[in-house]
Amino acid sequence: MIGDILGTFGRRVLSASEETGQFALLLRSTLGWMVGARIEWRQTMIQVVRIGIESSPVTSMTAFFTGMVLALQTGASSKHFFNEPLFVGTVVSFALVMELAPVMTAIVVAGRAGAAIAAELGTMKVTEQIDALYTLGTDPVRYLVIPRFIAFMIVLPLLTVISDFTGIAGGYLVAHAKYGIPATVFWHDIVNNMEVRHFIHGFLKTFVFAAIVSMVSCFKGVTTRGGAEGVGKATTSAVVISMVLVLVLDYFATAVLNAFGIT
Amino acid sequence: MIDAESVVKSFGPRTILRGVDLRVETGETLAIIGGSGCGKSTFLKCVIGLHRPDSGTILVDGVDVTRLKTEADIADYRRRFGYLFQEGALFDSMTVWENITFGLRYLTDIPSGKYRRIASECLALVGLKDIEDFKPAELSGGMKKRVALARAIAAQPSYILYDEPTTGLDPIMSDVISDLILDLQQQLKITAIVVTHDMKSAYKVASRMAMFHEGTVRQVAHPDIIRISTDPYVRQFVDGLSQGPIKMKLKEFEAEGSSLAHGKN
Repeated sequence: MIGDILGTFGRRVLSASEETGQFALLLRSTLGWMVGARIEWRQTMIQVVRIGIESSPVTSMTAFFTGMVLALQTGASSKHFFNEPLFVGTVVSFALVMELAPVMTAIVVAGRAGAAIAAELGTMKVTEQIDALYTLGTDPVRYLVIPRFIAFMIVLPLLTVISDFTGIAGGYLVAHAKYGIPATVFWHDIVNNMEVRHFIHGFLKTFVFAAIVSMVSCFKGVTTRGGAEGVGKATTSAVVISMVLVLVLDYFATAVLNAFGIT
Repeated sequence: MIDAESVVKSFGPRTILRGVDLRVETGETLAIIGGSGCGKSTFLKCVIGLHRPDSGTILVDGVDVTRLKTEADIADYRRRFGYLFQEGALFDSMTVWENITFGLRYLTDIPSGKYRRIASECLALVGLKDIEDFKPAELSGGMKKRVALARAIAAQPSYILYDEPTTGLDPIMSDVISDLILDLQQQLKITAIVVTHDMKSAYKVASRMAMFHEGTVRQVAHPDIIRISTDPYVRQFVDGLSQGPIKMKLKEFEAEGSSLAHGKN
């Protein structure tokens, strides 16, 4: 009985270690190809358009409503404690620009584009299309992974900036309609308190999130096994791991940025 | 010439190839036959470098694929080959002509302006026309196989490896594919390995046949010799008999069946 439990535990540890090693090899191979080889710009642009267009309505809407609910909560709390809605613009903009827009955008893109990538590459793996790439003289890392990696690096920061603006716009809508805060006061709050380094703090994080979501999605796709069921598992796994890692790495990225004074 | 010696390949605890020795002479078509899971496709993938053998050597025109280290060397080695996958493995997102010419960009110096014409020529060689702009999803199973075959020959390889080219096709289409393999061999003088379960096709296309069983080569001979082989494993396979020495899978099935019967009782 105890032997079985230990055996199962040991197998899981070995399997996780093997998977981590394979992920590290894929990352190394990706970075190696990017330094030393021709980049498939056509494929990269296709991915930029696909990821950007697929995700932008969802990320914008998510940010818009996040801004609205932030303004609603901030205004209500502020009224409760100070009897008037103070610093709504400041709280909404800081929360969005430094934390919520980068994290929410990465999570939504992981669910939308990350899942699509894992499913597409997983299907290619189980139907031997990835093996076919090898036989036709192409390395799948170069043809499939690098364009998606670069596309994420371009698209996620852009989507995050759009989310910053749409979120703040949502916040202003509620601040004005619900609490009667004039535009000049709302924007004055933001401009007076927010500095470029606050924006950079959130912006830099998006590159970490882009790297992790793209690599996890591609890794889960190209290591898919077992037909349609395997594709489903790989897709779910890609989304869940990406989301958890975004939240975990957000903490560490924030800690590092704070240590460098970008806060 | 392809010369494999003592090729061993395992996946985890499962040993698939247990010391395969096989030689394919230039210009001949060798058909590899054998039951499911006996290592035929794994051997094919070792030959083209998709799998790296645990031990043994595979020499192709004097180059040992097991010793190739860099991606560039492996890519250069693969230029000699065309590979027809079991399900075709056409790229879903591309049209037929983009599929056929995909490898030309990486394997040859042919200018891209000529790709479309080359695609049409390759399609004509496999008996198809006017489908250049179709997507794979719009094609029947037989057409997909033929387009995949057109893709395999587009870069004018010296060797073609066919992985179960007639699987999943109706008997007439299977015969059409077998004829195509013969035609290509005669027209282009290509050396080929055909992995197949389809004995009719194997007899038709093969110059020689090799019978695999549990990761080893049981017999290599001319098709006429294979037809009258006295080896019990070969005999059972070519006659398609359930009774005989090849019974591992059947025993598993019987054991499962008897346990189900016990469960019922």
